[in-house]
Amino acid sequence: MESLFKSELKVINMGLEGFAETLNERGTTVMHVRWQPPAMGDDDLLSLLDKLK
Amino acid sequence: MSKIDQANQEAVKRMMLSRPVWVDIGRAKDVIPGMKDNLFLHAGPPITWDRMSGPLRGAIMGGLIYEGKAKNAEEAEKLAASGEIEFAPCHHYNSVGPMAGVITPSQMVFIIEDKEWGGYTYSNMNEGYGKVLRYGAFDDEVLDRLRWLDEVYAPVIKEAVHLAKGVDMKSIIAQALHMGDDGHNRNRATTSLFIRTIAPFVAETEWGKKTEYDAPRLDLSNVSEYFKGNKASAAAEVLAFMHSNDLTSLNAIMAACKSMALAAHGVEHSTMVTTMARNGTDFGIRVSSTGDKWFTAPANIPDGLYFSGFTSDDANGDIGDSVITETVGIGGFAMAAAPAIVNFIGGSPADAFDATNEMYEITIAENNNFNIPAMDFKGTPTGIDVRKVVEKGIVPRINTGIAHKEPGVGQVGAGIVKPPMEMFIAALRELAK
Repeated sequence: MESLFKSELKVINMGLEGFAETLNERGTTVMHVRWQPPAMGDDDLLSLLDKLK
Repeated sequence: MSKIDQANQEAVKRMMLSRPVWVDIGRAKDVIPGMKDNLFLHAGPPITWDRMSGPLRGAIMGGLIYEGKAKNAEEAEKLAASGEIEFAPCHHYNSVGPMAGVITPSQMVFIIEDKEWGGYTYSNMNEGYGKVLRYGAFDDEVLDRLRWLDEVYAPVIKEAVHLAKGVDMKSIIAQALHMGDDGHNRNRATTSLFIRTIAPFVAETEWGKKTEYDAPRLDLSNVSEYFKGNKASAAAEVLAFMHSNDLTSLNAIMAACKSMALAAHGVEHSTMVTTMARNGTDFGIRVSSTGDKWFTAPANIPDGLYFSGFTSDDANGDIGDSVITETVGIGGFAMAAAPAIVNFIGGSPADAFDATNEMYEITIAENNNFNIPAMDFKGTPTGIDVRKVVEKGIVPRINTGIAHKEPGVGQVGAGIVKPPMEMFIAALRELAK
């Protein structure tokens, strides 16, 4: 673990873009992946989507 | 493949096979089935006079004066509120109109025929920039321009399109995407191709040879001093007007897109969106398998760049039928084809690619007619699937003009607008019943 932080960090960030932006501002290489929970995390909508498969 | 997936493949196939051809020009009440003297069509989903926003009210009032039903704004407002005039969405009459989208009974309209599936779609004439009816302006300058469009411009291009034996609109759109247009907010290439196609026939029209005629003359001195003093032929004036207005082709393009969307409507089990439209108060969508039912939510204010002297405080809610372009896979969905557009609506060329890439997440197919050279000629993302919109939490990306909230001021900017997610959720609930 210790060696990880001694080497150059290359980060993949998923979801909230703010984390990627902060690391980017500090010069860290970041690949941001846009991701959010399916159906915005709404169980009711997920069950409707299941019906429409 | 599930029955829904099969239905969506069928719907998007029908959309892409549609072959819209501009075949004629005619008076709305003579050519649009169901159109009548007291019916005024407007953009977006259904709305009553009391809920209409400023630009739509202005366009209705201007239309009433233009039709001779009212002498001034006061009379027009009273008549509009009286219940004697019927209002209906353009979409209910296979028509589309940009911004307020008002089509009055006497106005001349483009007639587009779907040569693959049959049937006709319609749109009005584009008036150009500045003070225009579609933004709710209706002073004498606006009304005189409308008269010139109906009494000079329309008969000339009607004769021309007959001589041309039709103009293939899909071909023009496909070529324009290779020339930097998105087909919604940027129409410079589309209009250039449109003019190039019709100009030889305009020059050959009998109407176009007239240098004197009993109709209002349009001041075209902004195009060239040559036109000062009204000595030019009608054909030269028509071509000069077309050249002065990058949006000349927009209304015919929209009617062509309506033709494609109509071809995809009515496929049982399909969850594909076949209508998106805004009236300045509400945004509405319709879905292939849910008939004429609208799913609506309050229209958002577009986010974009404002002309000097204006801010978002001046902006009206999102308005216009022009989002029919995104419905069939161009406009905001083809942003990557039009990187220059970011000068007009904000952002960077990389954002334009991001926008198009994101739309593949919520669509059914890559278009086999419209493609993007800079993406290895990948087809544009086409056929919005309500299920994917809700599942991914991504709404369609729409390029749009921004109207001032007060009637008559005109366009105050351009940008991007996000349609409300609530409409897609409401559609999903209906589809799941």
